[in-house]
Amino acid sequence: MTNPDKTGEGPSTVGREAITGAVDVVPAHRRERRGGGRRRGGRGRGEDTRVPDADFRSYHGRPVLNQIVWEARDIGGYLFLGGLAGASSVLAAGAEYTGRPDLARPLKYTALVAISGSTAALIHDLGRPERFLNMLRVFKPTSPMSMGTWILMGYGPLAGVAAVTAATGWFPRIGRAATAGAALTGPLVATYTAPLICDTAVPAWHEGYREMPFVFVSSAASAAGGMGLIVAPTAQSGPARRLAVGGALVEVAASTYMERRMGMVGEPYEQGRAGKLTRAAKALTLAGAVGAALGRRNRVVSAVSGAALLAGSALTRLGVFEAGVQSAADPKYTVLPQRRRLEERLKEEAKTG
Amino acid sequence: MAQDENPSRKGFFTDTSVCIGCKACEVACKEWNMVPEDGLNFLASSFDNTGRLSADSWRHVAFIEQREPLGYQDSGVGRPAGDGADGPGPVDLGMPSFDLPGQRTGEHYEGDPGNFRWLMSSDVCKHCTSAACLDVCPTGALFRTEFDTVVVQEDICNGCGYCVPACPYGVIDRREVDGRAWKCTLCYDRLGEGMEPACAKACPTDSIQFGDVDELRERAQRRVEDLHEAGVSSAQLYGEDPDNGVDGTGAFFLLLDEPEVYGLPPDPVVTTRDLPSMWRHAGAAALVLLAGATAAFAGRRS
Repeated sequence: MTNPDKTGEGPSTVGREAITGAVDVVPAHRRERRGGGRRRGGRGRGEDTRVPDADFRSYHGRPVLNQIVWEARDIGGYLFLGGLAGASSVLAAGAEYTGRPDLARPLKYTALVAISGSTAALIHDLGRPERFLNMLRVFKPTSPMSMGTWILMGYGPLAGVAAVTAATGWFPRIGRAATAGAALTGPLVATYTAPLICDTAVPAWHEGYREMPFVFVSSAASAAGGMGLIVAPTAQSGPARRLAVGGALVEVAASTYMERRMGMVGEPYEQGRAGKLTRAAKALTLAGAVGAALGRRNRVVSAVSGAALLAGSALTRLGVFEAGVQSAADPKYTVLPQRRRLEERLKEEAKTG
Repeated sequence: MAQDENPSRKGFFTDTSVCIGCKACEVACKEWNMVPEDGLNFLASSFDNTGRLSADSWRHVAFIEQREPLGYQDSGVGRPAGDGADGPGPVDLGMPSFDLPGQRTGEHYEGDPGNFRWLMSSDVCKHCTSAACLDVCPTGALFRTEFDTVVVQEDICNGCGYCVPACPYGVIDRREVDGRAWKCTLCYDRLGEGMEPACAKACPTDSIQFGDVDELRERAQRRVEDLHEAGVSSAQLYGEDPDNGVDGTGAFFLLLDEPEVYGLPPDPVVTTRDLPSMWRHAGAAALVLLAGATAAFAGRRS
C-alpha cells in the first residue's frame, strides 16, 4: 500500500531556520494568469462586464465571516417597527398642524406602540437582556448601536408623551411640544438603522451603505402612510396617501438600484429566501401603491392597500436581513471583491513602479 | 501610545512554514483560558475538526492538502547544523503521513519530494490597529489594553452581537450558552505577569512567536526574505503592513499560499472607515423624509 518513496520527506535541512514549504510553488490560479489564459467575466447574465470570475479559493468552502447572531424576527422586526414609528411621528405632526386630528391621533398611538415593540425586540435579542442598561455607559459615535440607543432614549419619551396627551387631552401644550420633538427625532429613528447594519463586514450590507438609508426611510414612509390609510377616514388621509405612494415608489426604485449597483455582491437579494422576501416585498409595495392611488374614495380599498404597504415594508426589512445572512454564509462575497481590489492595487503599483 | 510608562505593543508572528499541525496551541489556549468545548464534530476536512475561530475556539489550526510539489517540508527543529552525517539525524515530529508512525527511514529522503503538500496554520484574533469590533461595541465592553491588544470585559458585555458581523476576519463570536461575546485576549492576564501567551508557550516549533510587534515585524521580514532566497516564492506576509485596511494587525502571519486558502480575507478593511459617509447618507435620508412629508401636506386638501 504505502510506498516509502512517495512520502515526500525532503532531505534534512540545516538548523532551526530550516527552509520548509514548497519550493518554487506558484498557486494554480497565478500560474493560469501567467500563462496568459484569458479569464472570462462570470455568470449567466452578460450585461455586467464588471462581474468577476466565479472561480475563487476558500478554506474548504467555509465562510470567512462569522455568521450574524441576531434573530431575523427580532432584528428584522426592530428595523421595521423603528421605521414605522419614526415616520408615523412625522406624519402625525403634519396632520396635527393641518387640522387632521383623526389622522394625527392614531398615528401617535402607532408610534408609541411601534417604538415600544422595537425596543422590546432589541432587548430580547441581547445575549444578556438584563444588561440592557450597559448601553448607557458610553456615548460612542463610532458605534451606530450606541448612537441608536441614545436616539431611542430621546425619541421614545417624546413619542410616549405625544401619544398619552393625545389620548387623555391633558397638558395640550406639552403634547404639542412632544409631537414636534417626536417629528424631528423620528427621521433619525427611521434612518440610523441603515448605518447600524451597513457598519459591518457583511458584504451585502456594507456595500449598500449609500442607498440603504434611502431604502429604509422610504420604506418607513410607505409603512406610516399605509397605517394612515388604515386608521384615518378618507376625508383626512390625503397626506398619508401621498406619502405612502411616494414612499412606496422610492422604496422599490432605491432598493432595485442598490441591488443592481452592488453587482455580484448584490446577488443574495435575488436568491434563496432573501430573493423571495425581496420580490414579495416589491410586489406588495407596488400593489399597495396602486391601490392607495386608485382607492382614494373607498375606505376599504384604502385600508387593504395600507395593509399591503405595511406588509411590504416589513418584508423589505426581512429581505435585507436575510440577504445579509446569505452573504455572510458564502465566502465568495467576501473573497472575490477583496481579491479584485487587491489585484487592481497591485496592478497600479506595478504601473507606478 | 508612545508614552514612556506604557509597555510596547505586543503581538504574535505566526510562521506557518514551520507549523506541524499539532494543535498544542488550541489545547493550551483552552486550558489556560478555561474555554468550553466547542462541539465534538467530525468535519471531514483534512485533520481539522475545529473548523473556525469562534467564541469557544480562540486558536484554530487550519489544514490544507494540496497537489503541489512538497519541496522540503521538514522543520529541522532541534537539530544542530549539518546533515544526518554529523548531527543526530532527522527527528520524526509525528507529521501526518501515509506511513505507520516510526516506519519511516531516512533512505528515501534523497528521492522525489512528491506532488503533495500540507499547509498548516494556527489562526487567531488579529488584534487590529483599527479594530471594527471595538469601534462598534455599544457598551464599551471591548477595550484596548496597555499592550495595544483588544479585549472583551465579560462583566460588561451584554451580548448585543454587533461585534460578530463587524469583524472582517470572522474571529469574535457570541457564546450561545452564556450570551456574551468571546475571543482571544492575547492572554491579558499572563501578559500582566510578564509571561507569554499560553499558545506561544506551548508551540513546539516556534511557529507561534510572541513579542514586541516592532521586533516581530523585522523578524518576519527577514524570514520571508530567507524563504524567497531559498526559492519558496509563494511565501508572503499577511497582516503586518501598517498601511493595510485595518492599519496593521498585532498578530500577523507568514503564509505559503494566498490568504483565502487559509480562510483569511485577502484584503480586509475595517468597516468603520466608511462610517462618516454612512452618517452623511443617513442624515440626507432623514432630511428627505421631512421634505417628503412636508410635500405630502402641501398638496391639495383631501
